[in-house]
Amino acid sequence: MREMKILSPTAILGYGFPMASWEEGMRRKPDVIAVDAGSTDPGPYYLGAGISFTDRAAVKRDLAIMIPAALDASIPLIIGSAGGSGALPHLQWNREIIEEIAAEKDLTFTLAVIPGDIDKKTILSAMEEGRILPLHPAPELTQADVTDAAHIVAQMGTEPIIRALDEKAQVVLAGRAYDPAVFAAVAVREGYDRGLAVHLGKILECAAIAATPGSGSDCMIGYLGGDYFRVEPLSAGRKCTTLSVAAHTLYEKTNPYILPGPGGILDLTQTVFTQETETCVRVTGSRFFPSDTYTIKLEGVKKVGCRTVSFASTADPVMIAQIDAITPAVKARVRDNFTGMDNYSLDFKIYGKPAQSGTQGIFAASYVGIIDALPAVIDCAVSPENADCSVPSDNTDCAAPPSGADCTLHGATSAELAIIIDAVAPTQEMANTICSFARSTLLHYGYPGRISTAGNLAFPFSPSDVKMGDVYAFCVYHLMEVTNPCEFFPIEYIRLGCCAPEARVYTAKPEVKA
Amino acid sequence: MTYQLSNLADVIRSKNSGPYELTFDIIFKTQAIYEAVIKSEAITKESFAALYGISPGNVMEIVHFDPAKAIKITIVRPICSGDLRETDVYGAQQHAPLMHFSFTMEDAC
Repeated sequence: MREMKILSPTAILGYGFPMASWEEGMRRKPDVIAVDAGSTDPGPYYLGAGISFTDRAAVKRDLAIMIPAALDASIPLIIGSAGGSGALPHLQWNREIIEEIAAEKDLTFTLAVIPGDIDKKTILSAMEEGRILPLHPAPELTQADVTDAAHIVAQMGTEPIIRALDEKAQVVLAGRAYDPAVFAAVAVREGYDRGLAVHLGKILECAAIAATPGSGSDCMIGYLGGDYFRVEPLSAGRKCTTLSVAAHTLYEKTNPYILPGPGGILDLTQTVFTQETETCVRVTGSRFFPSDTYTIKLEGVKKVGCRTVSFASTADPVMIAQIDAITPAVKARVRDNFTGMDNYSLDFKIYGKPAQSGTQGIFAASYVGIIDALPAVIDCAVSPENADCSVPSDNTDCAAPPSGADCTLHGATSAELAIIIDAVAPTQEMANTICSFARSTLLHYGYPGRISTAGNLAFPFSPSDVKMGDVYAFCVYHLMEVTNPCEFFPIEYIRLGCCAPEARVYTAKPEVKA
Repeated sequence: MTYQLSNLADVIRSKNSGPYELTFDIIFKTQAIYEAVIKSEAITKESFAALYGISPGNVMEIVHFDPAKAIKITIVRPICSGDLRETDVYGAQQHAPLMHFSFTMEDAC
């Protein structure tokens, strides 16, 4: 079997790559250039707001190099999870960049655009028919999660991309896609082993991150044969080692041996990593087991409110020692001042406390799952009547310190704490109010033993408060059973360049088999 | 002998595995150390849960991955990534308690 070559220029479209590395990749005459743009890592905001987490100029730079090179070499360029989250606004954003490049460079080619958005009615029907499967530990899906969602996308597999290639698309712009799919599509289409193709895609999707030293902004090439694949970085000074490649298999995965994806499971229990040359690793034994029912993974988010934050710090050792009593008291004071306004969340994010196992950050937060509605002041355990620390600032009497407070200085303390005041409320104005009042209350709060009576906080900025706009939360993270892998991924073909405008666009109806 | 994990590993890291899971990778310096740590049974659902102050039931899997001489622990994320109490959206800075983890085992060197 002829060895197929797959070039992965960068870990995320827009992360860039050195030209020398890119030119070396093209010199090796790849059969396809593929790049993944997506991730849920940056959190729910980008999918909800329809905004890319990568920069437009950086994405255009990468594509302005890739598109002409792919056309010159007569090989496809496949882009997955456009704009990071791969919903319609992201797809449109990326499509405009491609159209700009085509116009500026006077290029003529067929672009296939494959949206990954799933209609809410489709999901609600699937729920009724029992075709929505939970993905532990995500909570059970409710109808409200679906109807309230801002965007719901599904990760497509290789099949819709293969259809676009069958229709002679030269550049494929896919919405949300399973990361390895864009790398594996050409190989699967030509009959290469699916297990090896998908495993190779898993490694290539992060480009040179699987090399050592690793990099998310450098090229990697994969060679796929009948019963093996090889991976090699393209910059001098990097190499793939069995350890770097095997270690990458662990990255961001639940179980490195069993990797579920659209249509089946990638099984790495028999996989063997061998050092072939100093810079190249050979992999064998990776297997794909199709599932009885084809499933696609849904991702959806909903808006939960608007956020205003204030960045501050304290260097006062007396205050630092009491911080866990002071912030609940400030919350209580805010609540007391705005009686009747309880549909908000006020959180003090404190960075820099002395290490205590498992009690900081997210491990101090109880699992609340999806937010159905904005809760009242979260974790305001101290009610006004027992919040001793809400007494006026002239109380420096240590005889009755608030619960958890201590006027003596602890041995193990921090030189400084970063404090982010985080207010989320149904409207921006309300979030501004809560943040502003919490900030001024904390700034002048009279905790026991206070000697720095001019102000409790250091602010790096003026203005001190920042409006962060809409806040989203994940609400859909489930599998949906489908009868056809292409069913929900219609393909639009756009002829860019030479043709008359009316001849440029046509949409292929998704093929639906019984 | 008592060992601290940070002295035995080349890599100790944490990261989201999807928005609802947090996964920890420990890649050991040598095959011998990797095998000794496994043999010691120091890293269990119970010991990991105690280290992070969570319920052992929320430790989903502990996998020994021979090709990378690595132990991988995946837990239920205390909150979904980006929820209101979030302090680490990517989950990439939750590894520190693991660096300090100390345990006794037979001499690995």
